[in-house]
Amino acid sequence: MRTLHQFNGGIHPPDNKAQSTQRSIARAPLPSKLIIPFRQHAGEAAKPIVRAGDHVLKGQLIGMPVGSISSAVHAPTSGTIAAIAVQPIAHPSGLPDLCATLIPDGKEEWIPHAAVDHRNSDPAELRQHLRMSGVVGLGGAVFPSDIKLRPGNQKIKTLILNGAECEPYITCDDMLMRERAAEIVQGAAMLCFMLEAGEVLIGIEDNKPQAIAAMQRAVADSGLPFEVVAVPTIYPGGSAKQLIRVLTGLEVPSGKLPTDIGVQCFNVATSYSVYRALAHGEPLLSRIITITGNVRQAQNFEVLLGTPVQDLVALGEALPDTDRYIMGGPMMGLPLSSTAIPLAKASNCIIAVSDKLFPPAPPALPCIRCSRCAQACPADLQPMDLFWFAQSREFDKAQQFSLFDCIECGACSYVCPSHIPLVQYYQFAKSEIRAHGHDQQAADHARERHEFREYRFEREKQEKAERLAAREQAAKQAQPAVPSINPADTMQQKIQAAIARAREQAAASKPKNTENFTAQQQAEIAEIEARRAHIHELAKSADEPSKE
Amino acid sequence: MTEYLLILIGAVFVNNIVMVKILGLCPFMGVSRKLETSLGMGLATTFVLTLASGASYLINEYLLGPELSYLTTLSFIVVIAGIVQFTEMVIQKTSPVLHQVLGIYLPLITTNCAVLGIPLLNVQAKHNFMESVFFGMGGALGFTLVMVLFAGMRERMEGADVPGIFKGSAIAMVTAGLMSLSFMGFSGLIK
Amino acid sequence: MLSALLVMAGIAIVLGAVLGFSAVKFRVEGSPLVDKIDAILPQTQCGQCGYPGCRPYATAIAAGEADINRCPPGGEEGIHKLADLLGVEFKPFGGGTVLKPKSVAFIDENLCIGCTLCFQACPVDAIAGAAKQMHTIITSECTGCELCVAPCPVDCISMKLIGENIANWKWKYPVYTLAQAK
Repeated sequence: MRTLHQFNGGIHPPDNKAQSTQRSIARAPLPSKLIIPFRQHAGEAAKPIVRAGDHVLKGQLIGMPVGSISSAVHAPTSGTIAAIAVQPIAHPSGLPDLCATLIPDGKEEWIPHAAVDHRNSDPAELRQHLRMSGVVGLGGAVFPSDIKLRPGNQKIKTLILNGAECEPYITCDDMLMRERAAEIVQGAAMLCFMLEAGEVLIGIEDNKPQAIAAMQRAVADSGLPFEVVAVPTIYPGGSAKQLIRVLTGLEVPSGKLPTDIGVQCFNVATSYSVYRALAHGEPLLSRIITITGNVRQAQNFEVLLGTPVQDLVALGEALPDTDRYIMGGPMMGLPLSSTAIPLAKASNCIIAVSDKLFPPAPPALPCIRCSRCAQACPADLQPMDLFWFAQSREFDKAQQFSLFDCIECGACSYVCPSHIPLVQYYQFAKSEIRAHGHDQQAADHARERHEFREYRFEREKQEKAERLAAREQAAKQAQPAVPSINPADTMQQKIQAAIARAREQAAASKPKNTENFTAQQQAEIAEIEARRAHIHELAKSADEPSKE
Repeated sequence: MTEYLLILIGAVFVNNIVMVKILGLCPFMGVSRKLETSLGMGLATTFVLTLASGASYLINEYLLGPELSYLTTLSFIVVIAGIVQFTEMVIQKTSPVLHQVLGIYLPLITTNCAVLGIPLLNVQAKHNFMESVFFGMGGALGFTLVMVLFAGMRERMEGADVPGIFKGSAIAMVTAGLMSLSFMGFSGLIK
Repeated sequence: MLSALLVMAGIAIVLGAVLGFSAVKFRVEGSPLVDKIDAILPQTQCGQCGYPGCRPYATAIAAGEADINRCPPGGEEGIHKLADLLGVEFKPFGGGTVLKPKSVAFIDENLCIGCTLCFQACPVDAIAGAAKQMHTIITSECTGCELCVAPCPVDCISMKLIGENIANWKWKYPVYTLAQAK
């Protein structure tokens, strides 16, 4: 029996998962229109490689990854691209983003695809394959999985599969584990092979007994030495850092990653996608999404990416008094502004909400410093101090109090007796600090460029002076010795040499008056004078604008 | 040995120069907005006061003697001014930011009534050399302690929901008054 | 009387010697404070403060010649930072200061004549071009200082606002409407 550890804080909201686990996963019918965002993952958005009017096959690449942190985007079904345009997407800002609108032709014609033998492939090639298959973390963070498989400076002792699914209402991972446990285990084997991990632990909350049993059966059938561990049900026990703490007792240090302590964590749905990508060559085209809440038929559906929310809501049969929808769970979910928004890789659940189901929050009252939030915080932070600092905009102090270790789980606002929406303050403070960081970087960069520009001007002036001096020197050497002085006189020669040196040094500023020029020399000197005057003019006009 | 310790504790808590004797309020109110600067100011004052107590004792005892006792205040001020100038130069060299932040308050240590008050109190109490130095050091440590505590509170009050009329110096004064009340709890600690 | 004079003179001489010695030993060259002020300023080199660039303004602040509220691109936040660094009171912008939103320059290529006057004016070399060649703004380098707009003889440079997009969007300060008391 493995000893489990605990983390401080956490809350026990009612599960509300039974409603959506009565039926098995159903395949959602093909929608009439798919809106596929090019930014479905953390990092840089994918670049479109198709145009309006193109015919695409199922699984065809339509967006190339850009930069090191990026992933590919594919057509979830065969059809015609109607438009590449900016459309509303699921984002807290409500701002639209670039999407491809795909009209399915109903044929579901696959692009030719083949399995990859992961045991006999170069690890870098496997990662590239996963990147081009659009495999990202399906636990909510949608971080490109190929980057998490890169070798780090520490050996990975423990690979954890996250089947905890701690947020109420969401049951997509639960159903996936019940029905497709074998594929998840195979995916875990592939991940373990790629990471060269020492052991594999599958963490599942103990409110999912069927899922635990199914995974245990699958592990036993596969003969692999993986361990299925039932962890106590507590929110947010499914957060990566918290699950690592519970299963291994190790704490991920502030500002560091799990790989720095030899642990890596993947969601069970990600493991399933890795299996499909490598064993079948299928890119990530669909995912399991729960529709629950104020609906007649709460259920999990396998939904093509890009399906508009209204299609899923229609399948769940929302009740008439539903007036709003949440994408995600009740703790960390995003309120949707419209149901035309497409479902993407990050969407795990749609909750139909009515005022009866989720009564509106009472008005926020002043903070009474009761410290219930600090007791509930799973990251051992001081939420009330972070709230005070965010409120008074003292962002330096907030950073000192480890604001960026906040996982925005919402446990603090859940327990707050004054109903203060604490997480919104932290999100505000974090984005202000990040924006300031960007501004600072831009300012430093601008300073560098400005200083180089000033240096370049100095250098140009220097070079001009040297060029003029060289020309003066050449003109001077061509003319005869200064008249009325005997060149054989050593003293006079010394004086001459001194005068010549002085002239070279003062060449740029003083025009010279000498006698006894030949016509050719006069012409040369006249040319030099003219050119010098012109250069002076240009130098003057270059100075003037910066004086404004 | 014990009486030096008692003098030290007495100077820090029982006869705290800011909270009980109400001396040195100018830098106390002026520099205590941030924790780092108040610590720097406190340490600078400690340095000045310890040296000044020792030097003023020596001057009073050996140079001035009983006939020239009317020069006490004058010579103390001169010595303090010299030591403060020296401290300012050292701070400017070692920490230009602290020097810029303390700004005018650094040379104002010269006119800090606490820094003149402690040597005069030493004369009044007829302390010997070691007692003078310990009293001076204790007084300055008490000053530093109170500055740091007050700065911590002022930083917290920055973000607090203070009514508009009281924001800034007003609430700081009220807080200082309450702190002074609390320091009365130490009276009777040392016989 | 004489002893009093001697004593005071003695103290004065000794102190003077100590101070003179330490003045030499603890001499401070340069002014690292200027660097610290310059690090806070936004480096748009726009000249709105009245000084020809950010560094001259930083030098003036350090010398006590300039007020800290002369820099609109730094915003109120910049003034707060300067106030914190220098330990002075925060001072809001004076009347008549126009706070402009962030924008970048844009050259209308139909009108550009390739005269090179704009990139001579740009303090951060954000304009690419050469004599009689098309000029263009390198948008990622442009700080929005607007120094290029005036020298252009054909008025082909305009300032375009950087709107809010997913990349630069920030969470807003939480404002919630209080329910009416029933």
